[in-house]
Amino acid sequence: MFDFSKELDLEAQRRRAAFYFLAPMIIALFCVAAWPLLRTIYFSFTDTSLTNLYGGEWIGFDNYLQRRELSSGRVIWRGTLVDPAWWNAVWNTVRFSVISVFFETVFGLGIALVLNAEFRGRGWVRAAILIPWAIPTIVSAKMWAWMLNDQFGIINDILVRIGILERGIAWTASIDTAMTAVLIVDIWKTTPFMALLCLAGLQMIPRDIYEAAKIDGVHPLKVFWKITLPLVRPALMVAVIFRMLDALRIFDLIYVLTPNSKATKTMSVISRENLIDFDKFAYGSAQSTLLFAIIAIFVSLYIWLGKVNLSGEGNQ
Amino acid sequence: MTRTPWEWTRLIGFYALVVVIVVISIFPFYYAILTSFKSGTAIFEINYLPVDFSVQNYITVMTGRNFIRSVINSVFISGVTVLLALFLAVTASYALSRVRFRGRSLLLITILGVSMFPQIAVLAGLFELIRFLGIYNTPWAMVLSYTIFTLPFTVWVLTTFMRDLPIEIEEAAIIDGATPWNIITKVFMPLLWPALVTTGLLAFIGAWNEFLFALTFTISETQRTVPVAIALLSGASEQEIPWGPIMAASVIVTVPLVILVLIFQRKIVAGLTAGGVKG
Amino acid sequence: MAEIILKNVTKSFGQIEVIKGVDLLIKKGEFMVFVGPSGCGKSTMLRLISGLESITTGEMTFDGEVVNNVIPSKRGVAMVFQSYALYPHMNVYNNMAFGMKLAKSGTGDIKQRVEEAAKLLQIEHLLDRLPKQLSGGQRQRVAIGRAIVRDPRVFLFDEPLSNLDAALRVATRLEIAKLHHDMGDVTMIYVTHDQVEAMTLADRICVLRDGYVEQVGTPSELYEKPDSIFVAGFIGSPKMNFLEGEFADAFDCSTLGIRSEHIDFCDENPVWQGEVVHTEDVGSDNYIFVEIGSKEPLIVRSPGRKGSVYGMKVGLKPQDQHLHRFNREGRPIR
Repeated sequence: MFDFSKELDLEAQRRRAAFYFLAPMIIALFCVAAWPLLRTIYFSFTDTSLTNLYGGEWIGFDNYLQRRELSSGRVIWRGTLVDPAWWNAVWNTVRFSVISVFFETVFGLGIALVLNAEFRGRGWVRAAILIPWAIPTIVSAKMWAWMLNDQFGIINDILVRIGILERGIAWTASIDTAMTAVLIVDIWKTTPFMALLCLAGLQMIPRDIYEAAKIDGVHPLKVFWKITLPLVRPALMVAVIFRMLDALRIFDLIYVLTPNSKATKTMSVISRENLIDFDKFAYGSAQSTLLFAIIAIFVSLYIWLGKVNLSGEGNQ
Repeated sequence: MTRTPWEWTRLIGFYALVVVIVVISIFPFYYAILTSFKSGTAIFEINYLPVDFSVQNYITVMTGRNFIRSVINSVFISGVTVLLALFLAVTASYALSRVRFRGRSLLLITILGVSMFPQIAVLAGLFELIRFLGIYNTPWAMVLSYTIFTLPFTVWVLTTFMRDLPIEIEEAAIIDGATPWNIITKVFMPLLWPALVTTGLLAFIGAWNEFLFALTFTISETQRTVPVAIALLSGASEQEIPWGPIMAASVIVTVPLVILVLIFQRKIVAGLTAGGVKG
Repeated sequence: MAEIILKNVTKSFGQIEVIKGVDLLIKKGEFMVFVGPSGCGKSTMLRLISGLESITTGEMTFDGEVVNNVIPSKRGVAMVFQSYALYPHMNVYNNMAFGMKLAKSGTGDIKQRVEEAAKLLQIEHLLDRLPKQLSGGQRQRVAIGRAIVRDPRVFLFDEPLSNLDAALRVATRLEIAKLHHDMGDVTMIYVTHDQVEAMTLADRICVLRDGYVEQVGTPSELYEKPDSIFVAGFIGSPKMNFLEGEFADAFDCSTLGIRSEHIDFCDENPVWQGEVVHTEDVGSDNYIFVEIGSKEPLIVRSPGRKGSVYGMKVGLKPQDQHLHRFNREGRPIR
């Protein structure tokens, strides 16, 4: 309507530049994320095998759930959704995620409160707690595997010396303690991350609030529950969701620390096992699709319910 | 300043807590170092303080067939992945933080979503893609697959950093005749280089530590990355786990990371928080 | 060097219309000041002229050429920002040379122009410094220098003095005025919320309010013949006295305006009578607040010094030729 010249105004010029700037990234993400995801979902509806990637045929939902009537008239159900191993993995994953994130949050908040106090050597302590975070997961799995060794492990030695245990236990091999071992290592490794995020949240609380509370003679515990916690809650919730999503997809620690233990096998572990090791490529694809669906639903619910402004757009 | 007994108790309790936190944090690493310097059967005696100083385990690892190769693989893969991600992310995050266009929030949310992806969900599809491209069992398989987490992460963090740059500096550049490309290369990049280093370092650590893709997309020992090499390091027989060399290898790959993290401590915390809690 | 014409220009951000139809002529070589309260649209006007924002409807021409969709650098504008907006990583020389470098001018040419500008602003000795090593006033000079180097058709200032302290502000104001004089025929547009700045610098002032132009005119025109109560109240310090109700009725208007210096004390046949409730001595003048029963006390300027008059009963008389009578719509009755 007011097209006085063919020239683009500044805004239009910038939008065009933005398009060219974004295109390579979007194409890259499409290639490494969207396309493989779609292919995985596709494979889950076929009978593709690892050795014959292009020979799969469409079999519908059979990898998920399949009803078969035998000649005797008996009906049997097959597929991931009735596979006890799968449900065991789901249970392990959920158990692991909830417990580990819970303890990481509690310990992380505790450490953050300590680091938020002013004392000599605070910088050193903060550096020290970054060490577990900096160590590669596989390395920490191996370190702890050695420390938790049944015969020569230092953990058993300590526990026996102080009289908690009578005799060393096979932490990683025993069905009863394998999950505990995994939890210990994960909590040890990830609490620093939580602590740092909590600390960042705590440091955004203005100091004078505490001073006002101190002058008013409010009990420190009450200060924590009534002032600190509500104020760090938004930061804490974001940290918890990030950790939760991370925990739900855990693979490496469990694969290395407790290989082949039924007590710790998670969804990621069992999916990969089927995909690659057992050559049930399509079946594994169905399981990884389910894991994706669970996480996707979880995230959508969270964003929808929490109305979380993850993009930070409101800051502008 | 005099203190009441109650204050003394609190002070001592507080420092005891600090000591516990520090000891738990660093003990496993300390113990790994201690173990790595033990030789032969000394490894099976439990000591709390260093008793031995033998570099035998280090020699075993370094002269082992493929460990050095693995380190080179890891350095190459992580380095290339990070450079690629930063290159794509700098321009993309300029567009995301500085240009008004429709669907920007949606795009940001999608990128964040991709970074939270369960990696197993793309494993089958990536496997096919990598086979199709003929890069199975080469470093390029990892460079390609690691992009799924390094790219969204770098885009997200750099977008947060760029958003904080003053708008007037950009407008001054526009008046001076700078195109968006000029603004990025001549004005923003020089201002953001500390953020670029931090983001790159964090992405590097992520790529360095990755295990699932590296395990799945390599088959021969020479192509392994460090985490896979350590995880699959085996002794003469199946039962005999070579703890000494494993600890030595662990120390070798961890010490540089720990040093880097300690040097960049403050910046890392800023980067992590930018990627995390700016909600 | 440019004549700028705005024809029925509007600007909307989403649903919100910020500039609601502005017609304005800015003459070649003129020093035009946009003034108005915060939110009146004066900064948006400047950004529209700079090209940082494009106009929603209407037409804008520079020397007869339509520039609606022309990007800033092609309009030949230079801008001095409130926060100076110097490039923190470049030294003063490079800050000033950046635009010319982008335009791919020759090194010799750039050097000459930067040095000329530096000399004009007396910042030659600062050329190697980084912005963080400069004081506020020095930064402001560099920002102006950067604009001069661009050799613009139009010079834009966005509240350039508001980050400086009071003494520096007056000195820099003087320099900007001198700069305009020295640069001859460069058109300058200056945004401020400070009417004193506007009065002292402007060839003409454009008073904006709620996205409309209230009045355009020379400082004395605005002062002596305001087109509305708003302009009358906005221009001049202390503020013009406004009287309503029976005070205004007596002069056949809805609102009567009279400036403090246009009221005389008189003991015989005073028009108004009242008690002195407050005085302000600013040195050269005395401002005497007289309670005459109107909404606010009447402010009367009394040159020179007076002893304490607090509580005194006084008689007042306005100078008839300086009365401003306004109708119900706030427009002057002439």
